[in-house]
Amino acid sequence: MSDGGATYLLDAGEVRRSVTRIAHERNKGAAAVVLIGIAARGDDLARRLAAEIERIEGPPAVPVGTLDITFYRDDIGLRAEAPEVHETQIPFDISGRAVVLVDDVLFTGRTIRAALDALVDFGRPQSIQLAVLVDRGHRELPIRPDYVGKNVPTRRDEDVAVLLVETDGEDGVVVREREGKPA
Amino acid sequence: MNKHLLSITQLSREDVTRILDTAESFREVGSRVIKKVPALRGRTVVNLFYENSTRTRISFELAAKRLSADVINFSTSGSSVSKGESLKDTALTLEAMGADAIVIRHSSSGAPYTLSKWVEASVLNAGDGTHEHPTQALLDLFTIREHFPAFDGLNVAIAGDVRHSRVARSLTLALTKMGGNVTLVGPPTLIPPEAVGWGAAISHELDDVLPKLDVCYMLRVQRERQRLQFFPSVREYSRLYGLSRPRVDALPDHAIVMHPGPMNRGVEIASDVADLPRAVITDQVTNGIAVRMSLLYLILGGEGARAEAGAGVEAGHA
Repeated sequence: MSDGGATYLLDAGEVRRSVTRIAHERNKGAAAVVLIGIAARGDDLARRLAAEIERIEGPPAVPVGTLDITFYRDDIGLRAEAPEVHETQIPFDISGRAVVLVDDVLFTGRTIRAALDALVDFGRPQSIQLAVLVDRGHRELPIRPDYVGKNVPTRRDEDVAVLLVETDGEDGVVVREREGKPA
Repeated sequence: MNKHLLSITQLSREDVTRILDTAESFREVGSRVIKKVPALRGRTVVNLFYENSTRTRISFELAAKRLSADVINFSTSGSSVSKGESLKDTALTLEAMGADAIVIRHSSSGAPYTLSKWVEASVLNAGDGTHEHPTQALLDLFTIREHFPAFDGLNVAIAGDVRHSRVARSLTLALTKMGGNVTLVGPPTLIPPEAVGWGAAISHELDDVLPKLDVCYMLRVQRERQRLQFFPSVREYSRLYGLSRPRVDALPDHAIVMHPGPMNRGVEIASDVADLPRAVITDQVTNGIAVRMSLLYLILGGEGARAEAGAGVEAGHA
């Protein structure tokens, strides 16, 4: 994955410490928390975060769901091919719960906008917060994260990729020149 | 994804897998309290049905509505068609009103293909004459995949009125494409001569093939198409080719029973057999919505459906 043009923004240790720090920062005492990770990679991060919260606070286990936001995108029909679809799995009721949305990279904010639309189709949470591993700026919508692993200044034409052991065989965050593929 | 869905033959193995994988996500949408997603907001889908088909039309209608597309149902009775309007003029009229996709059911084989030459909209074949019914074949594959890990080496019998069945042709083409072994079973009068070219084995003895099957797919006896006598009597047909309880017991324990509907209970399938747990006929209906959502999404969800000028579009415009 780490080709010549790629620079590491976070190494494996920093990724791990970011997850731990977010787990500590999380606002306690509110309604029972559930984590919803945005596919792909947000769900893996959500599972790590849940394990970390459980390690710190003890049982009960934090419920984790996976949300695919493809059907809620605002650019369907603008791309050459219909966007690839991932799995959605939210095996619990989110109504009245404190939902923490988890994603790997926060960029324009459009993914989160779609995720908010999708979530309300599943119920009416007591609150929704946002946790991201990397905030790279360039927001196009009024959306801000509640928990950030690392703020990283980037150029709009760069690609920021989060690598996770679960999907990529290693942990890290890399930035590289765009290869013609829209973010 | 192709711009149109006219025939199973236009799909690659990868296309089929992509359609079925995407349908998995839409099945999950169908299990939600709010069974609707905004993916195709602002798109218009026209159901253009020259033959009656309640289940296919409703399935397409629900699929389009669950994707937030606008749906227009156009049936030929009581419409401009009964005043003598041609297929071409009807289609051009619908397109002038802004249809993005036309789902067509027609009694003439090849009508969807012809239609696709005339209109800019995407055309989906919902059954044309005795030719093909590709969405039925895909929903059948989806249902089979729920029970078996792979299509490779799967033994499937498609039994009954193969001659008049567009389902039999589409499903045989789809299954053999995916690596399955298909045996077409029926009286010689109901197996069309060209079936030897579909890549399937042919048998006239249902009892011979039952013990090695994974899937036993019964076809409807199409009495409305039987202008000629293809078998002496319904009773004799039922005795020789109907799926009775003893015949089901001759199937391996893991085998499933399928039927595209609507069933003639007591003719091609015994009534108690149709209600067995291993008969997955209602699952086929449920899965039909998810598979048609997948197709509409993949065909209309890219820009190819709108941005035009024949850019790499198969079966493009003249």
